[in-house]
Amino acid sequence: MIDVKNLRKAFGDHLVLDDITESIQEGEKVVIIGPSGSGKSTFLRCLNLLEIPSGGIITFNGVTITDPRVDIDKIRQQMGMVFQHFNLFPNMTIRRNITLAPVRTKLMSQEEADDAATALLKRVGLEDKADAYPAQLSGGQKQRIAIVRALAMRPKVMLFDEPTSALDPEMVGEVLDVMKELAQEGMTMVVVTHEMGFAREVGSRVLFMDGGHILEQNTPKEFFDHPQNPRTQLFLSKVL
Amino acid sequence: MFQSLIDWLDRLGPRLYAAFLEGDRWRLYLEGLATTLELTVVALVVGVVLGVLVAVIRTAHDQQRPGRRRNPILGILNVICKIYTTVIRGTPMLVQILIWGFVIFASSRNKFMVGVVALGINSGAYVAEIVRGGLMSVDVGQSEAGRSLGLGYLDTMRFIVIPQAFKNILPSLGNEFITLFKDTSLVNTIGLTELTYRASRIAGVTFDYMPPYIGIAIMYLAVVIILTWFQGKLERRLRQSDRR
Repeated sequence: MIDVKNLRKAFGDHLVLDDITESIQEGEKVVIIGPSGSGKSTFLRCLNLLEIPSGGIITFNGVTITDPRVDIDKIRQQMGMVFQHFNLFPNMTIRRNITLAPVRTKLMSQEEADDAATALLKRVGLEDKADAYPAQLSGGQKQRIAIVRALAMRPKVMLFDEPTSALDPEMVGEVLDVMKELAQEGMTMVVVTHEMGFAREVGSRVLFMDGGHILEQNTPKEFFDHPQNPRTQLFLSKVL
Repeated sequence: MFQSLIDWLDRLGPRLYAAFLEGDRWRLYLEGLATTLELTVVALVVGVVLGVLVAVIRTAHDQQRPGRRRNPILGILNVICKIYTTVIRGTPMLVQILIWGFVIFASSRNKFMVGVVALGINSGAYVAEIVRGGLMSVDVGQSEAGRSLGLGYLDTMRFIVIPQAFKNILPSLGNEFITLFKDTSLVNTIGLTELTYRASRIAGVTFDYMPPYIGIAIMYLAVVIILTWFQGKLERRLRQSDRR
């Protein structure tokens, strides 16, 4: 579904991603872990071109999205993204947060989008918040809204950039529950996270990144029980 | 010493009478004040439209994705905008007004239009910087979220960034309005019949400069105090909606 070939990304002289080649199949739940500064968020952000790669090719469903002639807005409509800091639009109600993109991109009429928003909010148990503003919600509620806002575009893949890192510990569970449910429905997901429990339970594959490379990858069980690379072993011994 | 003060006060009544009441001159001041306010509002509208346009062009140009072919039209527009702000902010306003009035529109009878053009174009350059600052003050996460949903650059600006920037720039825009209001007095040099022009004409007729000029100074001050009061009220209200 997503094919990455020889991806490089440098900020000035600092090489953040060094020749990464990887592919993600439909239905996979890929969890990316690693120390901070390892390039995992940058890798994720390259997938929908929020960061422009310095080199390499990314294809999505056969379309080379790194080609400058590609209409990136059309591609992004099929890729949902959830951010660490939620990034809800504070100047709009929750309902409008969810319906703005589907309506403006002509995916749905306003009525359809309103119905979709109601259904999505019901699904995460926040239907009573439709007319509230983001500032009135807790962190966990905001992140659940951010997830359904992305889902309203009916994306083919969901990218999660440390979705629980900015949350109070109490609220992590409610967000992970929504993500687990999404995974069970068969959504293709790429998740950058520090939640090892989530990686083990939900992931179909775990990637370990450090220094701009993918050092090791495996099924969660093998990865956590028998890490091969010494750097992975060291990292896991510290976080587990 | 005291005698001269008493004499001065004694003459003050007739001087004020001559400056404000004789021949219904107070009406001229009011008409002048109305023209001044009208000029301020129309010029500010021109300034804001120009300023937003310039600010959007300049931020759009600066935010082009590196490594991609740059949009040539945007490049040309950006250079034009840069020249515009440099020239306007780098020359005295009075000189600009004289050039508009006596060089570019030397034959125009419509002084009000010339005044609007001169003040509006001047104000636009300053508003552009205010708006640009406001656009940059909005967290990048906001436009990233908009773009990640598949919204285009213009939609993201229109629905997400500009409404949030507007709240941040409103106080500075209020200050610009007040500055512009005071600067309208400069267009009396091209014969636009606003408040300062009226005062100097009346002073010229009565050969007494103190009452008309002190009088209009008080009028300008009163309007500025009222505008400042409104501005404070508006800011308080906006801050409340932040806590919503």
